[in-house]
Amino acid sequence: MADLHQLAQMFKELDDQLVSCMRCGMCQAVCPVFAQTGREADVTRGKLALLDGLAHEMLKDAAGVNDKLNRCLLCGTCQANCPSGVKIMDIFLKARAIMTGYFGLSKTKKAIFRGMLANPRLFNVLTGMGATFQGLFTKKVDDMLGSSCARFNSPLVGDRHFNTLAATPLHKIVPELDSPAGASGVKVAFFTGCVIDKVFPQVGEAALKVLEQKGVGVFLPAKQACCGIPALSSGEQATFDKLVAMNVQWFTAGSFDYLLTSCATCTATIKELWPRMFKGDPALTAAIKELAEKTMDISQFLVDVLGVKEAPAAGCGKVTYHDPCHLKNGLGITAQPRTMIKAAGGTFKEMREAGTCCGCGGSFNVAHYDLSKKIGSRKAQNIMDSGADILATSCPACMLHITDMLSHKKAGIKVKHVIELYADSLKKQG
Amino acid sequence: MNTSIIKEFAAIVGDDNVMSSETDRHVYSYDAAVLDSVMPALVVRPENSEALGKTVKLCNDHGLPLTVRGAGTNLSGGTIPHPGGVVVLTNGLNRILEINAEDMYAVVEPGVVTAKFAAEVAACGLFYPPDPGSQAVSTLGGNVAENAGGLRGLKYGVTKDYVMGIDFWDVNGNLIKSGSRTVKCVSGYNLTGLMVASEGTLGVFDKIILKIIPPPKASRSMMAMFNSMQAASETVAAIIAAKIVPATLEIMDNFTIRTVENFRHAGLPKNAAALLLIEVDGHPAQVADEAELVEQICKQHGATELKVARDAAERDAVWQARRDALPALAKLRPTCVLEDATVPRSKIPAMIKALDDISKKYQLTIGTFGHAGDGNLHPTILTDRRDEKEWQRVEKAIDEIFNRALELGGTLSGEHGIGLAKAKYMVLETNRGTLDYFRRMKSVLDPKGILNPGKIIG
Repeated sequence: MADLHQLAQMFKELDDQLVSCMRCGMCQAVCPVFAQTGREADVTRGKLALLDGLAHEMLKDAAGVNDKLNRCLLCGTCQANCPSGVKIMDIFLKARAIMTGYFGLSKTKKAIFRGMLANPRLFNVLTGMGATFQGLFTKKVDDMLGSSCARFNSPLVGDRHFNTLAATPLHKIVPELDSPAGASGVKVAFFTGCVIDKVFPQVGEAALKVLEQKGVGVFLPAKQACCGIPALSSGEQATFDKLVAMNVQWFTAGSFDYLLTSCATCTATIKELWPRMFKGDPALTAAIKELAEKTMDISQFLVDVLGVKEAPAAGCGKVTYHDPCHLKNGLGITAQPRTMIKAAGGTFKEMREAGTCCGCGGSFNVAHYDLSKKIGSRKAQNIMDSGADILATSCPACMLHITDMLSHKKAGIKVKHVIELYADSLKKQG
Repeated sequence: MNTSIIKEFAAIVGDDNVMSSETDRHVYSYDAAVLDSVMPALVVRPENSEALGKTVKLCNDHGLPLTVRGAGTNLSGGTIPHPGGVVVLTNGLNRILEINAEDMYAVVEPGVVTAKFAAEVAACGLFYPPDPGSQAVSTLGGNVAENAGGLRGLKYGVTKDYVMGIDFWDVNGNLIKSGSRTVKCVSGYNLTGLMVASEGTLGVFDKIILKIIPPPKASRSMMAMFNSMQAASETVAAIIAAKIVPATLEIMDNFTIRTVENFRHAGLPKNAAALLLIEVDGHPAQVADEAELVEQICKQHGATELKVARDAAERDAVWQARRDALPALAKLRPTCVLEDATVPRSKIPAMIKALDDISKKYQLTIGTFGHAGDGNLHPTILTDRRDEKEWQRVEKAIDEIFNRALELGGTLSGEHGIGLAKAKYMVLETNRGTLDYFRRMKSVLDPKGILNPGKIIG
């Protein structure tokens, strides 16, 4: 472990970004974690002050600061609402990388990131085995939501109601694809993302069906790696760089006009973080930039490029929409998914606080499940109060956590990806 | 702090509500003022009235300095703790106890967030006018302790005009009652008035009784551009001379206009020397009359362009420009010093001129916007605190801004408070005798000097 002075020097590199926080405290109004705890160390202003304190050697307890730093969903709501435009997500991700460099990565995270995530084939084999044997350890709690809970008391699972691994992941259903542009004259690449591949393959299938029906050519490479966000948010730069490099190699093998994903987090990571946070081979910089510029959320593509329009309600039920942070805060995509719901014939019901984080936050959910649950419980209540019978969203991670929350409340509300609703409506028409 | 004292606090507020780690204390060492941070020895978060009273008494028993903190948005250092002191958080005391529509008052705990309260009041069909810039997070306790203002000061007044009563804890842990739920009340000393703007130096608020009023039925907003700040100021004077009291009457200088336009691209004319944002409200017929008259007055005084908002979206666009002023300016440089020296309305042109001279003299970038209707300007100095030479010039410029405001018959602070930042200037606005009076009063009410030491009287 390096000494505190060296750590301070590393944080000093963030000084120019840290100094732009004027301590106005307006982030208190929007931070979902602060809304639960009311503690300054949980809100962005407090975290930035702590990093500043370390940089200026006013603090000695680096481990304490690291703990506080990790009590953050990385939802980006503070940055989207920051009066002085502080680049908060950049600061937090860089700070996490510095902390990981200083404290090292935990054994579990090392095994997950370096052992499994960075080896997509092994990841597939392991999750495939998991899918086969999970029934031994889990039992169904809600058939409509498809959620399960642990059969035996398990410290990792706790009392989560989770979606189990799919029996057949998307990469087994559709191993690869390279279809020419059809009537639309457009060709896209499809980035599946881990959660859709392994937990919600039906979302990927729906997306591919819609693209086929719209005459859009699809390039789906046989190999895909994780987008890298779990590694980056744990400060594991090396794994992130490795994953980005693999993806760039596999995706640049095809030619296409747009790179689509139906995962809000993958979209935001590829579009915003690949160009800014990649520290690997500089020869890849241009290709990364080009891929990032081509990247779009599936609803954004269908509405803005193909011109999908709202249709009269056609009895597909009352639908409410949860804005995933990674689409709303960084990319400003809120209208297009709502248009897609209406295009699918849904009767749209806006919920209260639709743009507030569901509380998942990836590894936040693992480390701080209690907080994650409190935030998610409020989301579930807002969903129930909307009077909808379907909750639609654009991010599989949100789907996982919201399913957990609605299942606990026995809400009787289905959880769907926007693209599933639209694919179903095309099936009905077709 | 020694563990036995920490245990005493924990016995009162519960273990979860006592924070003593370095990280937890560091995040309560600052507020929104550009001042050095000061680490408290302990942070406590009482969740009920009784625990708050006992906390105050315990601090006094041990002679521990006590600083009450709401959202920590203070711009004058009023919530920066004293070395070795205790920060008492109010966000565990955030209940609206009563909204009485019949008698038009509300009773709140000090930690209620201003905007949440205003929204609850609006949901009952009533109106709480004070709207400080930080209202989305600021607390009512903090608003009262600082006598916070906002955009509606000219017509509706400021926080003090809405405080009907305050129950507060004295240093011995006695609950002191002041004011009432009635419009009229002459029972005893006006301690409510004494508590407003006392910045946590005389007592710790337990409950606040606030006045609420019927909302205006209609409003109309407009934006007028001028070739000089002089013409804009004369327009302000003429509007008031015509016996019209707009709900809001805001001014922006050319630097602020350009910065806001570069930020939002909403179509503000970058060459305009001054911009007025005006809203009249009240009965629909009165609003129509007054809006027309205001338009005429603007034109007579050389408005080069006039935009009247025709619908809610256009009204929002007008006020977006005002809301953008501070964020747009703040993005230009790392440090943003927001002042609030206030002058009599008629002295605005002279004050603007003085600010121009000061910015040239000290080679500083100063954007000025603010509440023209009540003479409360916000000269905003854009700088980098890490640049020592520039920072010295900033400090001199601030001295001079205060001196000029006082020479023009104004005051040090319209709404941000005195706190630590302006304590040294107090004698310039008042005199030795006044400060001695303050100190004598304080020494009787707080003999050990534990209540927010260093604020107001230094």
